[in-house]
Amino acid sequence: MSLEPPDLVTVAPDGRPPEEQPRWRQAFPIDEPQDDYRFRRHFARFLLLTSLAFVVGQAWIVLLSVLSRTRGKPPVQDVAGVAELPVGRAKLFAYPRPGDACVLVRVSHEQFVAFGQQCTHLSCPVIPKPAEGKFHCPCHEGVFDLYTGQPLAGPPRRTLPRITLDIRGGRIYATGVQQEVL
Amino acid sequence: MNRSPFARSQRMTILPGIVCLIAVIVILQLWLFTATMEAYLGGDHVIVVPAALASLACLGLNAGLVRYLRALDR
Repeated sequence: MSLEPPDLVTVAPDGRPPEEQPRWRQAFPIDEPQDDYRFRRHFARFLLLTSLAFVVGQAWIVLLSVLSRTRGKPPVQDVAGVAELPVGRAKLFAYPRPGDACVLVRVSHEQFVAFGQQCTHLSCPVIPKPAEGKFHCPCHEGVFDLYTGQPLAGPPRRTLPRITLDIRGGRIYATGVQQEVL
Repeated sequence: MNRSPFARSQRMTILPGIVCLIAVIVILQLWLFTATMEAYLGGDHVIVVPAALASLACLGLNAGLVRYLRALDR
């Protein structure tokens, strides 16, 4: 009978005593339970790092939120002349920053609408279809209402950001971005 | 010399329990992160700071559990 404390006895994977193990295992004994214990302990540390990564991600969202608030009011930008856009036609423009694609649509003689062009699902560009009264996203068959920007079909759940417009002196100006809070 | 108050067999029972707890908290953080991102992209900025604080609390809890695991070995 062994007098060693059970915690210090090396156990092979097959559970047989050391003297019954093959020679190579006797030469390189690996304590299987201890190995398993260390692996799980290291896995716990890995999970802690993952937890830290999520906190960094949350901090990143806070930073984006703060930056978007301090950016201030968007500028007033000349988009197009009323006469240059026939009914049922659309014009692409960038607003409020150079990379932010938007689309202006003339839906009737008096009415213009403008929305951000990025689909709220996975940012594919939406295509205006004034005859059907909708914006269509070809990537995943998302459909938005042409007048309100609300999602009608497909995977998108958020409305398209609306660009507020001001028409004066025969010109159409973009004056701001409205994002509907869910 | 191992000075842990627990035998190895006992520690082998405690450890998976703690790892499961940590994993559940990490999954909670994943859910919190996706929900916050969804709310932020939907224009709701109110939830951003409380969610970040909740995630930080989860990290603190996880750090405490990992510290307990280290204490088990001493």
